[in-house]
Amino acid sequence: MREVIEGRVWCVDDELDTDQLIAGKYLTIIDPAELRKHVLENVDPRFSKEAQAGDILIAGENMGCGSSREHAPAALKAIPLGAVVANSFARIFFRNSINLGMPAIEAAGVRAIFHPGDTCRILMREGRVVNVTTGKEVSFPPLPAHLLDLLEQGGLVEKVRKELKRTEARP
Amino acid sequence: MSAKTSSASASHGEHAPEPSGAQTLAQKILSRASGLSHVVPGQIVDGAVDLAMCHEQGAQAVLPFHQMEAKKVWDVDRVVVAIDHWVPASTEGAAQLHQILRHFAQEQGLKHFYDVGNHGICHQILAEHGWVVPGDLAVGTDSHTNMLGAMGAFAVGIGPTEYAAVLALGKIWLKVPTTIQVDVKGTLGKGVYAKDLVLRTIKEVRCDGARYKAVEFAGPTISRLTMSERFTVCNMTTEMGAKAGMVPPDERTFEFLRSIAKHPMHPLYPDKDATYERKVEIDVDGMEPQVACPASPDNVRPISELVREHVKVGQVFLGSCTNARMDDLREAARIFKGEKVAPHVRFIVSPASTSIYKQCLKEGLIELFTDGGAVFTNSSCSACFGGNMGILAPDEACASTSNRNFPGRMGAKEARIYLMSPAAVALTAIRGEISDPREVL
Repeated sequence: MREVIEGRVWCVDDELDTDQLIAGKYLTIIDPAELRKHVLENVDPRFSKEAQAGDILIAGENMGCGSSREHAPAALKAIPLGAVVANSFARIFFRNSINLGMPAIEAAGVRAIFHPGDTCRILMREGRVVNVTTGKEVSFPPLPAHLLDLLEQGGLVEKVRKELKRTEARP
Repeated sequence: MSAKTSSASASHGEHAPEPSGAQTLAQKILSRASGLSHVVPGQIVDGAVDLAMCHEQGAQAVLPFHQMEAKKVWDVDRVVVAIDHWVPASTEGAAQLHQILRHFAQEQGLKHFYDVGNHGICHQILAEHGWVVPGDLAVGTDSHTNMLGAMGAFAVGIGPTEYAAVLALGKIWLKVPTTIQVDVKGTLGKGVYAKDLVLRTIKEVRCDGARYKAVEFAGPTISRLTMSERFTVCNMTTEMGAKAGMVPPDERTFEFLRSIAKHPMHPLYPDKDATYERKVEIDVDGMEPQVACPASPDNVRPISELVREHVKVGQVFLGSCTNARMDDLREAARIFKGEKVAPHVRFIVSPASTSIYKQCLKEGLIELFTDGGAVFTNSSCSACFGGNMGILAPDEACASTSNRNFPGRMGAKEARIYLMSPAAVALTAIRGEISDPREVL
């Protein structure tokens, strides 16, 4: 996990649910590269074509509400986005993002200080999200140690792999 | 919760539980699951999982499970696979998901696989086969896993990578949530149902009002609800953003599970003086049927307003984990009996499980619905999620008993979805516009 994450901004609004992130008709797709072609297609058709590695998605309230589908964060991670920052998250989307090793940052008021195309800088341990373009910023409570550790290890797969190894190593 | 913390407990760290702190049902269950005497909101615990369920999304867990270098599922008697979104497989992609799951089940010796012919919506399978019992910590790869909280359990939706970790370790980390208590009093009138009660509650709590929180139902109206009705109510706590929704167990719960429980029950109850973050009081006396209008489940209005606006529909859906059990289908049939679907309207009826399908066959309900021009499908999630059948075209409206009406949920993003009770959709199918079931009951 990088301590400082910086990237170009895309914006979406409040209550962006998982059906809008990735529609039900794509749920039989497993390949994240294939999923990314359809992410947000009903909301902003340019996103899947033009989003680039390291870009940051800024969202409003209750980001990712709706279904448990991991397809939604998996499609965003396939870009790969640098981070998703939202005023607030729906819990399964938040968990899925962190589990996949994609930083998800809850920062109240963040949506209001960004426009598409701005540059965003996130200081993970200080708990600050800065709009480099305008100089505005908001603070957030840094992620708890448990979640920072998960991100540091690159996600849940790696963490569990190590835990299983440790268990096996025990006499 | 008492404000004082003894110095002895403070030494346990910042989340040290208060020694005599009263607990909500969510706290009680997570205490038990994590082997602690008390837990407090905000505390992160490792909970031992009593039951892990997946539907098709479980196929996405197979790769991470192997990447974790896990060899065996932690307990094959606590794992249930119930495919439901595309049954039988309607696309090549779905067929592949089913195949991945079948191979994985074979490799791991997973015996409890509800495959085509013995299938049903995953939550309904868990409910009718007694897989979740009071006091359990249950997880499932579907957001509506909350439904099983009606058993007095903590049932929570997770994604497939997390599911893979549960299969490998038999445990899950959870942040102990605060709890909103929803206290319901009053009597549901004629033509007003548990669905209306929960829609009314969502209107109050809003779509994000219970994010990261548990919702615990209480009050005399809840005590009188049947288990099927409690399933409906807990199911839609997901639409409040809740981590879990639950009804403390009582005689109805025990009676429901008496002959079917797969594991011993270990009922837990909230302490009388437990601390709730918020108490919501709902009085259903005189409440009319409710409708969640496009395009959010919390955009809830009384049905009379929609009746006045003559809202025409092209499709009607009676199905989903929320409202496709026998009581739902019987109530809709009571209204639909001898009637016909309105011209230019499609009426899709999809029972929640194969056993419900068979019961409908025995009771003549399949004939009753199809005689009236409805299509009675096999059990599946059906039209609810817009990925299999009953998909909506732009500019269409649908009256549905399902749980979500976000843009694009059932097909075209422009399509409008109205959520309501089984009785309300039955009359809507007959009249072709949103109708109040109290007019005919």
